Amino acid sequence: MKRLLLVPAVAFAAALPWLVDDYTTATLARLLVLGLVGVSVALLTGVTGLPTLGQTAPFAAGAYAAAQLGLHDVANEPVRLLAAAGVGAAFALLTAPLVVYARGVIVLMITLAIGELAITVASRWKSVTGGTDGLIAAPTLDTDRARYLYTLAVVVVLVALVLLALRSPAGLLLRASRDDEARMRASGHPVTAYLTGAYAAAGGIAGVGGALLVTTQQYVSPADFSFDTAALLLLGVVIGGAGSMLGAAAGTAFVFAARDWLSGLLPGHAPLLLGALFVVTAYLLPRGVAGFDWRRLGRAARAASPGAMRRRNQEA
Amino acid sequence: MADILITEALTRRYGSLVAVDRIDLRIAPGERRAIIGPNGAGKTTLLDLVAGAIRPSGGRIRFDGRDITGSGPARRARLGIGRIHQRPAVWPSLTTLDNVAVAAAQSRGGVRRSRRPAIELLDRLGLADQAGVEAARLSHGQRRQLEIAMALAGEPRLLLLDEPAAGLSAVEFERLGEVLRDLPEGMTVLLVEHRLDLVYAFADVVTVLRDGQYVVSGTPDEIRMSHTVRQAYSGAVA
Ligand SMILES: Nc1ncnc2c1ncn2[C@@H]1O[C@H](COP(=O)(O)OP(=O)(O)OP(=O)(O)O)[C@@H](O)[C@H]1O
Ligand SMILES: [Mg+2]
Repeated sequence: MKRLLLVPAVAFAAALPWLVDDYTTATLARLLVLGLVGVSVALLTGVTGLPTLGQTAPFAAGAYAAAQLGLHDVANEPVRLLAAAGVGAAFALLTAPLVVYARGVIVLMITLAIGELAITVASRWKSVTGGTDGLIAAPTLDTDRARYLYTLAVVVVLVALVLLALRSPAGLLLRASRDDEARMRASGHPVTAYLTGAYAAAGGIAGVGGALLVTTQQYVSPADFSFDTAALLLLGVVIGGAGSMLGAAAGTAFVFAARDWLSGLLPGHAPLLLGALFVVTAYLLPRGVAGFDWRRLGRAARAASPGAMRRRNQEA
Repeated sequence: MADILITEALTRRYGSLVAVDRIDLRIAPGERRAIIGPNGAGKTTLLDLVAGAIRPSGGRIRFDGRDITGSGPARRARLGIGRIHQRPAVWPSLTTLDNVAVAAAQSRGGVRRSRRPAIELLDRLGLADQAGVEAARLSHGQRRQLEIAMALAGEPRLLLLDEPAAGLSAVEFERLGEVLRDLPEGMTVLLVEHRLDLVYAFADVVTVLRDGQYVVSGTPDEIRMSHTVRQAYSGAVA
């Protein structure tokens, strides 16, 4: 049922650029990219049990890889995507030993440090990243509409692949590792290898996000990967539901859209309002909007309806 | 035949407390050995040491002729050591069936190939009608049955059972007795259990621990009659 709704949703998303102006189309494309990175955050935070503030690092690595390829006249988008995925995954494999042995809040702290380190490198390694000035990449697609549709296609395909992977035995192994890793080990499973694999896959996805970011905004700078971005990614994922990839993507897109909208409306107050929203969600919906048991709410509403109350009174 | 499990002066300290104190065990292949003793005797700690869940402070462990003292728990499981925990450990967000299939995956070449044998095991433990239910929704007794199914799914050569009867209903207890009776003859079992009726019915040899130390071993009849054992349990000073 839920899956069937996805078809019109994607069709609607594909029709959007004809319904809004170019500026909005470009903004939506950027939100799609952030939604995809949000999926990589959810894969680690919700499914694997490694809450992360560091996916901005492979995101940045993929973006700079794609931008550099652009500077070297590689305009072929799929090549840039694959390269960015590879660089993001390789970056994750390099940093995996720091992450996969830790648990809980320690993971947050370590990934935060990895993210901060990535920004520092991005600001200092001028020959590759252009430093704080950033890099300008020549457009590979001519119109905002084309860039948006291309981004949408890549995001839909990747999210579908993630959903399929999570329904496969690999998804079971990850969820079981998150639930009780001692029991996994007692059944002979190499948990650390599984976590490393998930971390590398999430790095590859974030890397693709980086390439798409370069495609959509034709520019990349360290500001794209700031701590704010990392925090809002995690916030969006928690609000949307870390256990649900679609919830996480929607939550991330929502949070970044809200940030942009609020900072226009109430300059300087957006972080405060988003922080408040975070606290409220964490209390009311510990599993996010997507993790909330809507059916139970429906049952409760029916049970509390006047008709149901009358029936109960008659029975009593 | 050579002993399948040998512990030599196996020791585990927690600060000044010696939870397991220089224990020497020799268990023959196919033997059913029970470990009994009062609360805090070190039974669970001993099983944890054998399974590799915790590291010894001293001593060695040999399994099937191989020194496994330095091996981690996953490696030991793949060598053929299966276990259940005193507090049932299952994967709550997976279905009952997937719990067993994932537990069997390492020894049966993947989760998919494990589903059919998993169904048979659930049947044997009376959980067939719960196959599609999330393990989080099982009762305590059902979770324990499930973890037994998970341990058996790995087809271990050495099975470590930590209080399998605790918290079971009368029906479940009876079924546990049957399951234990029907275990393959070649499977070596180390059973920690407070229900002495089960212990005496099941074990070839019973070993008594107290305060981390070895007290005595004997056949169920010997142990039942033993004055030392009653003292170990009552806490009287010998
Ligand atoms: N992680 C730990 N830290 C400190 N002390 C511990 C730890 N685990 C066990 N102990 C202590 O080691 C001793 C042996 O504990 P263990 O759990 O092995 O006993 P047991 O024989 O299994 O008891 P029970 O019948 O209650 O399960 C106890 O005194 C316990 O308090
Ligand atoms: Mg115990």
